[in-house]
Amino acid sequence: MAISANAKTTIKMLALAVSMLGFALFIMPPLYDAFCEVTGLNGKTGDRYEAVPAAVDTERTVKVQFVASNNENMPWKFTPGVVEMKVHPGEAVDTVFLAYNPTERDMVGQAIPSLVPFKAASYFHKTECFCFNQQTLAAGESAELGLRFIVDPDLPPGVNTITLSYTLFDVTERIAKQTDNKKTDASPIERDSEREG
Amino acid sequence: MAHGPKPGFTRWLYTTNHKDIGSMYLWFSFAMFLLGGCMALVIRAELFQPGLQIVQPEFFNQMTTMHGLIMVFGAVMPAFVGLANWMVPMMIGAPDMALPRMNNWSFWILPFAFAMLASTLFMEGGAPNFGWTFYAPLSTEYAPPSVTFFIFSIHIMGASSIMGAINIVATILNMRAPGMTLMKMPLFVWTWLITAYLLIAVMPVLAGVVTMMLMDIHFGTSFFSAAGGGDPVLFQHVFWFFGHPEVYIMILPAFGIVSAIIPTFARKPLFGYSSMVYATASIAFLSFIVWAHHMFTVGMPIAGELFFMYATMLIAVPTGVKVFNWVTTMFRGSMTFETPMLFSIAFVILFTLGGFSGLMLAIAPADFQYHDTYFVVAHFHYVLVPGAIFSITAGVYYWLPKWTGNMYNETMGKVHFWMAFVGLNVTFFPMHFVGLAGMPRRIPDYALQFADFNQIASVGAFLFGAAQIVFLFNVIRTVRGGRKATDEVWENPQGLEWTVPSPAPYHTFSTPPVVR
Repeated sequence: MAISANAKTTIKMLALAVSMLGFALFIMPPLYDAFCEVTGLNGKTGDRYEAVPAAVDTERTVKVQFVASNNENMPWKFTPGVVEMKVHPGEAVDTVFLAYNPTERDMVGQAIPSLVPFKAASYFHKTECFCFNQQTLAAGESAELGLRFIVDPDLPPGVNTITLSYTLFDVTERIAKQTDNKKTDASPIERDSEREG
Repeated sequence: MAHGPKPGFTRWLYTTNHKDIGSMYLWFSFAMFLLGGCMALVIRAELFQPGLQIVQPEFFNQMTTMHGLIMVFGAVMPAFVGLANWMVPMMIGAPDMALPRMNNWSFWILPFAFAMLASTLFMEGGAPNFGWTFYAPLSTEYAPPSVTFFIFSIHIMGASSIMGAINIVATILNMRAPGMTLMKMPLFVWTWLITAYLLIAVMPVLAGVVTMMLMDIHFGTSFFSAAGGGDPVLFQHVFWFFGHPEVYIMILPAFGIVSAIIPTFARKPLFGYSSMVYATASIAFLSFIVWAHHMFTVGMPIAGELFFMYATMLIAVPTGVKVFNWVTTMFRGSMTFETPMLFSIAFVILFTLGGFSGLMLAIAPADFQYHDTYFVVAHFHYVLVPGAIFSITAGVYYWLPKWTGNMYNETMGKVHFWMAFVGLNVTFFPMHFVGLAGMPRRIPDYALQFADFNQIASVGAFLFGAAQIVFLFNVIRTVRGGRKATDEVWENPQGLEWTVPSPAPYHTFSTPPVVR
């Protein structure tokens, strides 16, 4: 049976609509993530960095500033151990952030980094960071959260100050919800585990 | 032969007739226009004076949100679909729409979508209050519980629009009378064909973005939640990838309507028909690559700002071609100023004005000053009210005699026009000034220095609202009776719709007409 011209048009248009829905749901978000990773837009810093031996550029000094803030409703006390340090590009530097859970319940926190200037984001490497994992603090517990980073020697010459900011989110309920959901449906949560440092 | 409509209510419930469905779309749209208009009047009444007088900020936010959603999805879009239902088959010499039963379905799901949306006003926590652009995380983490109803109503509206658009594409591509080549189609048909493609391309993106919201709210994903590794800015990109083509969805059919009306009352053929077609297509193409001009302030690299700034300004070129063509059509024409022509001329002038403030907003460095101020509100109301609303009104006056067989009351039409014209300008022109002076949009209270202009705007809004009552009265009177219209209605109008009797019989072009 030959299908009518109307049916053909309808099928084509429906296919276009369905593919645009797929584009919005499955292509746009990963594309955006990839785009941000390449350009350093939105200040997200990269994943765990495998340190490669590199010459330390002692000629050059870069100021690195640390900012810690809490997302709304996050009761923890969260501060950088040192507010500012001067580093040479290429050297591995350790620092800590301090977190304290003053509440009377166990909580899980997640720190999300943001770095300015954006063009420095891909030159700031973290070999170890507390932001790669969620932090669990029991009621009244405090912790030193470690961070080890290397400023890439290829950092563009104009950049003399880098500001790394962490925002701490309360993810206690989100984690609880996920463990519930995982029993029934694991797929929608994948983005959580793909989190970038 | 002569099958008439079924008697009784089931005529409307089961109808597959494009004229019946067109009328239902138009009445539905008018009802939504009045509802959204009442919400606008609540907003303007509250803003008549600084301080809080009438409503609480929470309710004010619900009013701005619902006003925007209802006007965009409930008033403007269904009105254009209604006009397309009525006019497209009659303009191309087709007996009906290509998919009549789907046509019935795409209309009848709309009242349910809007009933669901409107019912959120009575829910605990109130209606959506995050603005019609529903930016995450306001619409996800901080949203009232009713947001889920909002999401589903958007899904239904999207399904309705997509079905309507598929129907229009199928009708235009497959049902044209013999001899009606694409480049002989009236411009209203052309603009609707392109609009339908835009709808099919971007309504699924809107469905996608609300689906992501739904997943974030209920299923533990974090597309837009920074805490889970997502990014709220992603929301803005996806939304405006839908949103910018959407604003052209609300204006392209308007271009088609005035391109039909101006030649009739200037008594000259439309100047530059093919350039109009190509300009429409270029605007549609450009609409996909300019979305980020709505979000210059999110922190884009300079290259991005420049790209989106220049791409946006490029749209002024095809739009300028159109305005030039309309003006040239009128130039040295033998013009008369019946109501449809008055609305069309006001469209050309005021839409151009709104276009200019759009150009100002397109300048990325200047936009940082204008962003989220009343200047933006003034801009988009100047393109949407004279653009979409005036052209729909013009279209209704222009084709109403053909639909009903009766002439509308010309005096009342002119009264409607002047009230609407004055009301519109009094309402929205002062908003440019308060915006440039720094009054932010979406606030129930404002600094004292903005009081005078806001009072003027509120007075204008009530005048504009009253004008619509005159319109409603005039339309009802015309439907019920009046001086009989001739088959041609106007003096030598162009197009197949004027070759059928007035009122248009229930079935037209059962045998295809001969085109030239």
